[in-house]
Amino acid sequence: MITYTKQPHAREYRLIFKNVDREGWDPSIDCYLRDGGYDDLKKAFAMQPKEVTEEVKKSGLRGRGGAGFPTGMKWTFIPPNNTKPVYLICNGDESEPGTFKDRYILHQDPHQLVEGMVIAAYAVGAHTAYIYIREEFPEAALIVERAIEEARAHNFLGKNVLNSGFDVEIYVHRGAGAYICGEETGLIESLEGKRPYPRIKPPYFPAALGLYMCPTIVNNVESLCHVKHIVRMGGDEYAKLGVARNTGTRILCVSGDVKNPGYFEVEVGKVTMRELLYDMCGGPKDGREFKAVIPGGSSSKILKCNEVFKLKNPDGTTKDLDFWDIQMDFDTLAACGSMAGSGGVIVLDDTRKMSWVLNNLNAFYAHESCGQCTPCREGSTWMKKISDRLVAGEASPSDIETLESVAYQIDGRTICAFGEASSWPVEAIIGKFRDELLADTKPENATHPHNPEEEAQRRFLQPA
Amino acid sequence: MSVSPLEETVASHETPGSKFYQPFAVTPELEAEADDRISHYPESKRAATLPLLHIVQHKFGYISAESIKWVANKLGIEPIKVLEVVTFYPGFRQSAPGKFHIRVCRTLSCAMGGSYELMERLCELTGIDRSASDSHHHPITVSPCGKFSVEFAECLASCGSAPVCLVNDDFHEAVAPGKAEELLAKYAPNPDLVPSA
Repeated sequence: MITYTKQPHAREYRLIFKNVDREGWDPSIDCYLRDGGYDDLKKAFAMQPKEVTEEVKKSGLRGRGGAGFPTGMKWTFIPPNNTKPVYLICNGDESEPGTFKDRYILHQDPHQLVEGMVIAAYAVGAHTAYIYIREEFPEAALIVERAIEEARAHNFLGKNVLNSGFDVEIYVHRGAGAYICGEETGLIESLEGKRPYPRIKPPYFPAALGLYMCPTIVNNVESLCHVKHIVRMGGDEYAKLGVARNTGTRILCVSGDVKNPGYFEVEVGKVTMRELLYDMCGGPKDGREFKAVIPGGSSSKILKCNEVFKLKNPDGTTKDLDFWDIQMDFDTLAACGSMAGSGGVIVLDDTRKMSWVLNNLNAFYAHESCGQCTPCREGSTWMKKISDRLVAGEASPSDIETLESVAYQIDGRTICAFGEASSWPVEAIIGKFRDELLADTKPENATHPHNPEEEAQRRFLQPA
Repeated sequence: MSVSPLEETVASHETPGSKFYQPFAVTPELEAEADDRISHYPESKRAATLPLLHIVQHKFGYISAESIKWVANKLGIEPIKVLEVVTFYPGFRQSAPGKFHIRVCRTLSCAMGGSYELMERLCELTGIDRSASDSHHHPITVSPCGKFSVEFAECLASCGSAPVCLVNDDFHEAVAPGKAEELLAKYAPNPDLVPSA
């Protein structure tokens, strides 16, 4: 299924993607072992589980799934006096629009993930682990299952792994096409065989009350792969990659209106927006200009290419940061009012109408809301209906206000972060492109009925 | 025989694609495959709901009322617990798709790459009329000959090679609208296609 045969860009630092598109590489265990595979697992077994966690904490690794939460710290949230079984879950539900990194790990380097997972399971004391793979990756599920069988045959899985006295089993669990399963508590419900309605936190923090109400660690595919490299390099050495508080490498997935879209593994924060979009992606398509960028998956707030951001210095003074000088790390993007999220960078050029972009995203969120919380279930559909009118030229200026007010009434009023995910694109696009959206509206549209039912009801308004 | 409430609730109906799928039947192989999956969840059989439904859908094309009862029985839970899962997840369907089910990615990067035009072209070539479909309740439309069906899927996570689609379990990247004919030809060398304009 692979179409890219490109060489890594000179600015890339390939750690996780070292074997992606590598010549002569295949996903078999023989190939992996020839390359020193599972040596890091042996190294981990020579350490105490607590020491492994300590190294991951020292590495400063932040979760690569979206929220950017420190992975090592997450592991320590398992209650110290716990007597229940502990579970490890790998979140391979990759569904955030704009993100396509886990796909390549699962298809091309499954043993890197399995090794990372065994190390993580050892660190947190989990004897059963699941890889939740989205239904739309049927081939990946087969490849990973084959990798698990191979690993079991080599005693990297199963009873008494490599004579360490540690038992662990990994199973693949396939999703069924629901974006909400990427939310960790929704994923757990789905793994339990239920509708994936997210659980409310507190009290249901997975590290305390997760799968079957037992302590459960849920980590992203890329995060678990990093664990292997942290063990190999040592936490301190790993932390030298990237910049302060934003360590290591991360995979940026660029799609949309650039000459060369694709994936680029870079040191976190060492590449600016300009370098990414011009040097690595070849700039805009011929005759076009960059207009805006969604920097971390579709839920992250859009940034305009001519924006200048006011950032606070540590000493309290402020400085200006031009859009093109944004470093692609968690803290800088957060300071610019957006987020690094899942690393999915969607680029829009001057041919794109923002009303159309907004409507496409609204349709996604309206489809994917699980329906548990009223503000999100009703709001996401309402937002889609309004933006449907907007692209059809049937919206009035007041519709933009309504749209904005609906978005702000979802944000912060739902059980899980989907509420924010669905409202942030609306808030940001209206906030930054209000005039463009208003230009697609007509005041007279306010007098038109929105649907056949409303039209029929109008007969009651006619004078007798 | 009277129809039970479950049969009334499950939205199975005959489609032109039905002829390509075997009716649901329990075989020793099916039982063995299901038992193997159930063994992956030592804590709770119910956790095997999704894997069992995947097995059923893969073998029989869709999830019928009969198969829901079988899954429920197998897992020792009420059929409603299985039905609520089937109706929630877009990946499960209650009627037969075409022999080749095409899922075209609809989300932003693919839409920018021309996935709506690709869908239009696929419909033109297979004689599919999507006007009665909606994304929530009737996402799938089957061609009159039953060989193909189409559905818009949300982000298939290959945004860098847009537009993309899945045909059954095969993944296809960079399927520009102009390549629709080529794509269909891979599956039906001599399809009963509507002559293109």
